[in-house]
Order: sequence, then structure tokens, then C-alpha cells
Amino acid sequence: MKGRFQLGVMITLLILAGLGLTLYKHLVLGFPLVGRDSSTVWSIEAWVSFKAQGGTAQASLTLPDQQSDVWIMDESFASPGYGINQINDGGQRRAVWSIRKANGRQDLFYKVKLRQEPGGPTVNDQPEPFIAPVLPEPYQTAAQGLLKSVTEGSADASSFAGTLSSHFNASKPDQNVNMLLGMVDEGVKFPDLLINLLHMANIPARIVRGLQLEDGRRRQPIVDMIEVYDGDKWQLFDPRTGQRGNAENFFLWQRGGKSLLDVMGGVNSEVNFSIISQQIPTRELALAQATQERAPLIDFSIYSLPLEAQNAFKIILLIPIGVLVVLFMRIIVGLRTSGTFMPVLIAMAFLQTQLLPGLVIFISLVSIGLWIRSFLSQQNMLLVARLGAVIIVVILLMAAMSILSWKLGITQALTVTFFPMIILAWTIERMSILWEEEGPRDVLKEGGGSLLVATMSYLLMSSPIVERLTFNFPELMLTLLGIVLLLGQYTGYRLLELKRFYPLVRAASQPHL
Amino acid sequence: MEWLSSLINAALEKISVTTPAQLRTTGILSMNCRNLNYISRYNPRPLLPLVDDKLTTKRMAEKAGIEVPKLIAVIEYQSDIRNLKSILDPLQQFVIKPAKGSGGKGILVITGREGEHFVKASGDTLSFNAISRDVSNILGGLYSLGGKTDLAVIESLIQADPIFNDYSFEGVPDIRVIVFRGFPVMAMMRLATRASDGKANLHQGAVGVGLDIATGHSLHSVQRGQPVRQHPDTGHDFSALKVPHWHKILSLSAACYEMTNLGYLGVDLVLDKNLGPLILELNARPGLAIQIANGQGIEPRLKTIESLSQHDLPIAERVAFSQEHFGVLTSET
Repeated sequence: MKGRFQLGVMITLLILAGLGLTLYKHLVLGFPLVGRDSSTVWSIEAWVSFKAQGGTAQASLTLPDQQSDVWIMDESFASPGYGINQINDGGQRRAVWSIRKANGRQDLFYKVKLRQEPGGPTVNDQPEPFIAPVLPEPYQTAAQGLLKSVTEGSADASSFAGTLSSHFNASKPDQNVNMLLGMVDEGVKFPDLLINLLHMANIPARIVRGLQLEDGRRRQPIVDMIEVYDGDKWQLFDPRTGQRGNAENFFLWQRGGKSLLDVMGGVNSEVNFSIISQQIPTRELALAQATQERAPLIDFSIYSLPLEAQNAFKIILLIPIGVLVVLFMRIIVGLRTSGTFMPVLIAMAFLQTQLLPGLVIFISLVSIGLWIRSFLSQQNMLLVARLGAVIIVVILLMAAMSILSWKLGITQALTVTFFPMIILAWTIERMSILWEEEGPRDVLKEGGGSLLVATMSYLLMSSPIVERLTFNFPELMLTLLGIVLLLGQYTGYRLLELKRFYPLVRAASQPHL
Repeated sequence: MEWLSSLINAALEKISVTTPAQLRTTGILSMNCRNLNYISRYNPRPLLPLVDDKLTTKRMAEKAGIEVPKLIAVIEYQSDIRNLKSILDPLQQFVIKPAKGSGGKGILVITGREGEHFVKASGDTLSFNAISRDVSNILGGLYSLGGKTDLAVIESLIQADPIFNDYSFEGVPDIRVIVFRGFPVMAMMRLATRASDGKANLHQGAVGVGLDIATGHSLHSVQRGQPVRQHPDTGHDFSALKVPHWHKILSLSAACYEMTNLGYLGVDLVLDKNLGPLILELNARPGLAIQIANGQGIEPRLKTIESLSQHDLPIAERVAFSQEHFGVLTSET
């Protein structure tokens, strides 16, 4: 009883551990459960170019920060001859390229790969305290007049910002607006003006720079946008239209009003962006991310093996599925097969040959083998020698089959080599003994049972869902192990026994004569 | 809900399938349950070679004073086959069997001679070369579990008791007794038919006759799982069948427990015309067909034995207990 309890605990632990690890990998590390779903990865290239003037040149570019809802997977720099430094300039990352001597046109590249991940950890992003600016007259009066009318026509911070920018974008701007637009003519940037006005109304606001993520964009300039804090989160506004910005496809490159690009020792500097989107299987993404984060479950797993070994494991990890089918058919159904796990090996061969060609090849190989074996059994020879002879005959048959079908143009039969020939030879030997002792009926029964189980295993093993589950979540093997141990405890009736013992139940329910 | 279950039962009845619940109430032992709860629990693995090797069994039985067919010779190596001729020469009748064979495979029964040739039980003749080839196959492990090399055992042919002649087509009928922890719990007789090719093998079409543990009287008979009343070849009614020496048979079977220490044992016996009951072989994994032959499940009887407070009784008391509790026809005799 105690042993049984221990086993029960072990089975429960195994099953739970397998499922738990799988769920962990799915929910936390982001491995897809089923389906070959893929995610969009944006690849953004910043292309800095300027004309160097023969001396020391230095270019510094603001780099995007890790931010909520976006995961920066990878960054890289390309710039011949330049030294690269990353510095932190008041909380903002910057890349600094520098060279001792440069002349003529210079091209520097920064490439970042990112993936939008809604629901990721949010970066603490509270507005910083600010002081309401005072504009020089007459702008200050104009601003106060404008703000007064905007306040009357708005309810909260975000509607305030909307109304404010719509005043500027009106087809017939009012007097105050016209006055303030004079500041823009004097060289004040329009977004800065808007920020100043918002700050005067005591609304936290800031300038952000970023890119609209659209596939295939080249030479895209960076866009200035305004973010307004509505007491809960930042709202994006396009200062030119007054529309709410689409934050979903807006990749925030820089916060605050600092310059995007500074170049020393060069003229005609510009920075352009090109944007490409790629579809990458989610599994690879999750794997890359987990590897980056050095999740121990991934660090010590099959994925740390070389690719070749991984491919081998892809098939090996399917074997437990076949084993489970065999156990189920044996213990629950009660089907007889020739050789306990032979059907699994046949099913693995089917994986290479496909089902129908596999069945045809297998049946014809075994039939011809049986025929030749019947000739051998008339000769007086030792058992081991006869088995060896059968193996050689099987190989000859395989070769003959390949050559013949190749000449006939049936390339499918070439896959015959995937059948394990020792297993084939044993099967032929066993079948022929069965034939001699029990007759052809039993051979058909046992052979049919084996092929049925092999076919079922094949159908399960070749299912893309199963293949992905077993390879992405090898942890599920623990669950399988638990189920196998559980099956080992099954003392109930087999399905075929329900038929076998039917006459008995009828006999027992009738009185004895 | 009741109408639903009755509907399902009716549908199953039509395709002659029963339900697990019905099997359970009938007390039928399932294969999985036999393997897990009886064989692996009561038959310790180290003891299995004792019964898997018939030669060991035979020598053990001879030592314990249990009657077995007489051992004539053992062929151990392929090179010994040279001596086969001199061994067989003085013999008119004999049996050659693999020591580790299972399910009656590879057993050669020679009932007489016809000039140079040997006559099989079926009437076919064999040359000496054919026999030495068979022996070679046995030694090569053709019939043994896992193809391990084996021994060929030559023993004297049993002179079947003629009282069964009417019930058996060719072949020698044998009696299977299941002995659980030393108590005989169920018994049947296996009778060869034309369909079973003279072999007493139920799944090849031999008739299984359930025997009353109390009396040795026939209870029920089946062929290929279906009830039959008469022998399909001889036409004799099984209801008149009664096995003689019944008490001796039960005692011999029960004694095999002391000999092997295997708790769940199938004992195969034959009735020799002159020698009476002989132990033919022991089986540590006896099949479940005995339940069909008896028309009864074996599990309640096993449970009865398991619930006994004392198991180490003398053989005679164990046999008496079984006859008292497992007899079906006790009132008639």
C-alpha cells in the first residue's frame, strides 16, 4: 500500500512537472503552444551621413531605450574605421562614432531589431516637475488669451491638447494664434511652442521623436510628436494635425527635446531611417529571448545543442508518442503485435517514406522475405545462420527494390533504406515461425495488428501539432512518463476482453445444467 | 439514465460485447490484473527459470517425488546430434521437446516406426534427417523466449488413459489446474480436435472443459470461446465426462507449490494408462481461457484464498479446503 502511494505521488509529480514546465515556457517565455504562429519583427536602420572636413570627426546619435510594449532584440553598428562608444547622456542612450581623420562623405549605420510586445512590463514613466514658462510680450498675452478660450472648450488634459492643436490647425486661425505663429516664423519650433503653451496651462507634456512603423519605408525622417500626460498615462498627439497619434505603430526613438544627431567636424549631416518588417516564427523569437535572458530551462536544454543534434532529437522526441500508442493498444485495447515495440520502429520508417509507400514497401518486403525464408527452412541449417541469411536477403531485396523502382521512375521506393533491416529480418523470422506453427491466420492477425499500431503511431507522430509540442516542450516527456507509469497500474479489462469473455457472462447468468 | 444504460447494453449484446461492470460482477480476472496483482506479486522473478526450463522442472519434480514422464536423454550441443541416432534407435515411441519452449511450441510426438521413418501423432511420417533438423532448431533457440539457445529433452511417450479416447481427436488430453498459494482453485481439461490439428491448444480450436474442483466432473465446455455440448469430431457428450484419480491430481498440483514457491501457478498434468496422473509441465503465466472453459470467473476464488488467515497448511488440508469451497456440484455426489 505504501509503495502504491509513493508511486501515485511520483506519477502526480511527473505529470504536474511536465505540464507546469510547459505552461511556464508558454506563458512566461512565450513559446507558442500550437500552430506555427509568427510575429512581426521590425528592423530599423538609421543611416547617418555627413561630409567630413578632413580632421577629427565625431557623430553622436540618440539611441532608442528599452521601453514598455517594445522589446529590443538586437542592435548593431556598422561604420568603417570609426570607434564606437555608447554613453548615457542624462538618462538617454547615445552612440558616439569618432575617427581621427576623415574626409568626404561619411556613412554610419545603426541597426535595431525590435518586436512589439503588448502587455510587457511597463517602464516607470511619471512626468517630471516643470515650471510654467513665461513668453516674451506680446506673445505672453496672446498665449494667455488663447489658453483661456481653450480651457473653456475642453474638459481634461487630453481634450485640452486636442483643442489647442486644432486651434493652430484651423483654416482661419484666430488672432491670438496668428500672433503665436509669429514665434514659429522667428525660429521657434512649432512642437516646442505647443509644449510651452501646455506647460503654461499646467499640463505635463513633452516632445517625443519616433518613427511610424510601416513596412518597406526608406529614407523616412524622424517625426516629432507631443505626449501629454492625462494623469494616468501619456497620450500621443500629432502637433501638425491635432489628431491623437497611433501609439501602436509609433516607435519611440527619443524622449525630450535634445538633438537627435550631433556632428562635429562635418557638414550637411542628416539621418534617415529605413524600416523593414519580417515575419519570424514565434518559437525562434522566444528562444532567442530566453537565451538572451539566460533562462536556465533553455540554457540547459536541447536547444543548446548543435543544430544537427537538435534535428536528431526532433525525431527521437517523437518515439515516446509511439511508445504511448503501443502501450495503449496493448494495455487498454489488448491488441497483439509481433515484437512489443516493433511498430514504433516501423512508424519511424513511415515518417521517412510516407504512409502508403511505406505500407506497400513493408508488406512487399515481408512477403518476399517470407517466401524466401520458407525455402531456407527446408534446408538443414542452424538458426543463427538462417537469421543472418534472412538479413542479407532483406538487404538484397532492398537494393533490388530501389534499383527497379528507380528505373521505373518510382522514386518513392528509394526510401526503402529507412526501414531498419534487422527489425525486418526478425519480423520475417517470427512471422514464418508463426506461419508454420499457428497457420496463416495468426500471421495475418499479428502482422495486421502490428501495422495497425504502426499506422496509428505514424499518424500521431507525423501530426505537425504533436511534432511541435514534443520538440518545443520536451518537458512533456515527464508527463508522458507519468502516464506510462499510470498505465502500468491499470488492472481493468482490456477492450478486446469485453468481447472475449462475452460468452462467459452469458453462461454465468444462466443456471447450470 | 436507466433507459440509456439498458439501450447501450442491448446494442452491445447485438455485437456480442459485454461491459466492464458485467465482467466485474461475474468475477472475471483480466489480463492486466493477472499480470499486476497475481503474477508479479506472487511469482518472484528469480524463481521463474525453475518453470521456464522444463528440464529443471522435471529434475526438481523427480527430487520431490512428484511423478513426471520418464526422462530418456538430453541433447545439449549441436555436436551431440551425432549421438541422436543411437539414442533413438532402441525407442519405438518418444517425445522431443525444447526445454524452454512455451505454449507447446516445438514439441514432437513420435508414436511409432514405419521402416526407416518415424510416425508422428498425426499419422505423418518423418525421416531421421527431419528429426535431427528439428532438434537443431530447438538447440538454436527457435522456440525459446527471446531466441536463447536451448536444450532438447527426450522423454518417454505418455500412454494416454483410454477413458478419454472418446473425447479426444488424436493428441493426449491434458488437465490444467491453477494453483494459487498452494490451493487448487480452478481446473479444466483440454481436448484436441481435428480443427486444433491434434494439439491441446485452446486458441487453435481445442475444446476446453471446465472441471469441478470438488469432483473432477465436467461443468461446461467451450470451443473457440463458444459453448459446445459434444466433441465436434467424436460426437461424445461432455456432460458424462469425469476425470478419475481426481484427488491425486489435486494433491500433485498443490505439491508443486512447495516445489517451486510460485504463488500463481498453472500445472499441466496427463493421465497415463499405467502410471496415473503425471506432471507434464508448469506454467508461471497461465492463461485466462480457463475461466471461459469453466463458465466462471476465477477472481472470487483467488480473493477467498487471499483472505485466509493461514496459508501454510499441509497439502491435504489445502486440497480439502478447495474441494469444500470451490466445488460446484458437491451436492450431487
